[in-house]
Amino acid sequence: MSWTISENSFWGPLDPAADAGYPEDRPKRKGFFTDTSICIGCKACEVACKEWNDVPSDHFDMTATSYDNSHSLNSNQWRHVAFIEQPKRLVTEGGGQDTGLRGTVDLGMPTVPPTGAAEQLANGADDRPDFRWLMSSDVCKHCTHAACLDVCPTGSLFRTEFGTVVVQDDICNGCGYCVPACPYGVIERRKGPDGAKNVGIAQKCTLCYDRLDAGKTPACAQACPTQSIQYGDVEELRERANKRVEQLHDAGIMDARLYGNDPTDGVGGTGAFFLLLDEPEVYGFPPDPVVTTKDLPSMYKHAVAAAGTLLAGAAVAFLGGRR
Amino acid sequence: MTTGREVGPEGDPSEDAHTHDQVNATTDPLAGGGDNAVGREGLQGVRSQTNATVGTRGGRRGSGEGGSGRRRGGRRGGGRGDRSMVPEAEFTSYYGRPIVKPSPWEADIPAYLFAGGLAAGSSILAAGADLTGRPTMRRSGRLVSIGALGFSMVALVHDLGTPSRFYNMLRVAKPTSPMSMGTWILSAYGAFAGAATAAEAARMLPPRWRTRGPLRRPLALLPYVDRPAGVLAAVVAPAVASYTAVLLSDTATPSWHSAYRELPFVFVGSAAAASSGMAMITAPTSEAGPARRLAVAGAAFELVMEHRMEQTMGITAEPLHQGQAGRLMRAAKALTVAGAAGSLLAGRSRALSVLSGAALMAGSACTRFGVFEAGQASAKDPKYTVVPQRERLEREGPVRHPG
Ligand code: SF4
Ligand code: SF4
Repeated sequence: MSWTISENSFWGPLDPAADAGYPEDRPKRKGFFTDTSICIGCKACEVACKEWNDVPSDHFDMTATSYDNSHSLNSNQWRHVAFIEQPKRLVTEGGGQDTGLRGTVDLGMPTVPPTGAAEQLANGADDRPDFRWLMSSDVCKHCTHAACLDVCPTGSLFRTEFGTVVVQDDICNGCGYCVPACPYGVIERRKGPDGAKNVGIAQKCTLCYDRLDAGKTPACAQACPTQSIQYGDVEELRERANKRVEQLHDAGIMDARLYGNDPTDGVGGTGAFFLLLDEPEVYGFPPDPVVTTKDLPSMYKHAVAAAGTLLAGAAVAFLGGRR
Repeated sequence: MTTGREVGPEGDPSEDAHTHDQVNATTDPLAGGGDNAVGREGLQGVRSQTNATVGTRGGRRGSGEGGSGRRRGGRRGGGRGDRSMVPEAEFTSYYGRPIVKPSPWEADIPAYLFAGGLAAGSSILAAGADLTGRPTMRRSGRLVSIGALGFSMVALVHDLGTPSRFYNMLRVAKPTSPMSMGTWILSAYGAFAGAATAAEAARMLPPRWRTRGPLRRPLALLPYVDRPAGVLAAVVAPAVASYTAVLLSDTATPSWHSAYRELPFVFVGSAAAASSGMAMITAPTSEAGPARRLAVAGAAFELVMEHRMEQTMGITAEPLHQGQAGRLMRAAKALTVAGAAGSLLAGRSRALSVLSGAALMAGSACTRFGVFEAGQASAKDPKYTVVPQRERLEREGPVRHPG
């Protein structure tokens, strides 16, 4: 890591690997574009991630609220598929052509319409159920301005040459500062299970740093059967995502929007960004996250002022009276 | 958040070939032509359903609940029995689950916040006492500071996930990490406070050791170390007292981050009150005049700044009034007020000094634990992440870098 504080070091668009001091011949920034509109909730990404990264499997149980049985992103869950069931039609309210993502190709998605409705759907009948699934595979965002990395006091979290954010297991001392710093609630100190490796150490997605090093695709993207998870150069993925949104809009799916793709946003854009079909918080994302260190210069100023106040106050207490 | 409206006009879907034609061919029915006509009214209908509805009851309740209606994102935080300052905000979430994660920190950290403040204030009082000829207050200040610092160190190491690696804190100095800065501030402070206390301890040795025996030479250096070390410790100490506010605020924990402007002032006030309280207990009343004055000033300052802090925090001030944090903050206020009043009246009364001092220390500890717990609670409820961001979006639009 470098100590040069460039103009946008705290906030604003920049190439994170360049900012971290990697030379010109570094690889292009790598990331994920997760297109949730074609996610079928198969959890292949979750499994592939656990297998490849040797992430312990624990606390799997049904949440009793949805098909989600892996709860959240956490130290033992580096990909997490959210299942949202909404009493809402997939596409249009006011009639029109069924341009639904489900209508044409049966991807084997679980459906729970009343008996007979599936056939009606297939027949193009208009009384489609007032119900849709949203599924989304969440992951560490590999932020341009990563709060976790900024606040890490040991240098365990570092910026790789691919522009990703990775924990060095052998350096982290488990101070836990990265955990509350992440605006997306991704990174966590591993609590168990007993006997698992790296207990007491912060854990999260590495964007399969080892695979990237070997020129391979991260396990989750490799395993995703619908290419909902697309891996590649962030720049190229952003263009791809823009086209995809436009395509969906043309098809009448005006709910489609990108999340995290804008390099001027509160975290300087994320290396892993998403196409969503509803507001971010529906998926468990913060609606408009801002990296906490954006305010750090101001925090330090306030702290210095407070320190000065304490010293001055004490001086007055000693000089201000005689008893 | 980018809505589709910002997407530029370029890029006909049919051009979206190259590497992704496979994706589109197999999974995307939209790529394959067909009638894409959708009535404008239809779109409007969809848009209106997806608009954010902070403060609008009912508009979006479906999405956070799943189909089951078992949990409502918008209902969490209500019905806790504590008073609610603002009308319940309506918001959406993923089954009411937290968005940000609470820190994994336990009681060690608020205990350290208290002890660090106590150490810092005591060093300042000790230096003042030294410079104004108050030997007992100087001595007790120095001893308290090193004791509190030692406690702090143990607490900080104990709270690590892998305590045996605490020394990794020393491998970097990172301005973007308040914890790293704090490590170095504490190291510098510890060196000075340690030297001052060593000098103090040496004074307590039998006088004849200064003129005879193996310690004669090192003890002769004493005058050169004593006061300078004490003064240097007092110069660094305020940073020890105030950086801990940055430590908490430089997170995504809603009730800590939103307090960042006032929290350092609350914490230095709290440190002044606690250390003055300790001095009122440990120093004779004849020497403790400055401590009594600083106690009143520190307590008043803390209360005023805490009040201001809550005014600027918006909805994230709520956790300071609820549950465990609420009880702690109420206790803090009562104890601090009582301690300050007692300090005003204490004068030469030994008993009243001790009582007031104890109340001030307890008040300071409650403030630290209360602020800590409020932050933890705010991280566990998605309301405090979603609602402030939604409110900001409605007020100012999305946060975007101008350049
Ligand atoms: S999403 Fe969280 S854990 Fe991932 S890089 Fe950003 S701040 Fe770090
Ligand atoms: S827990 Fe580990 S990775 Fe996280 S901030 Fe502390 S040292 Fe860094």
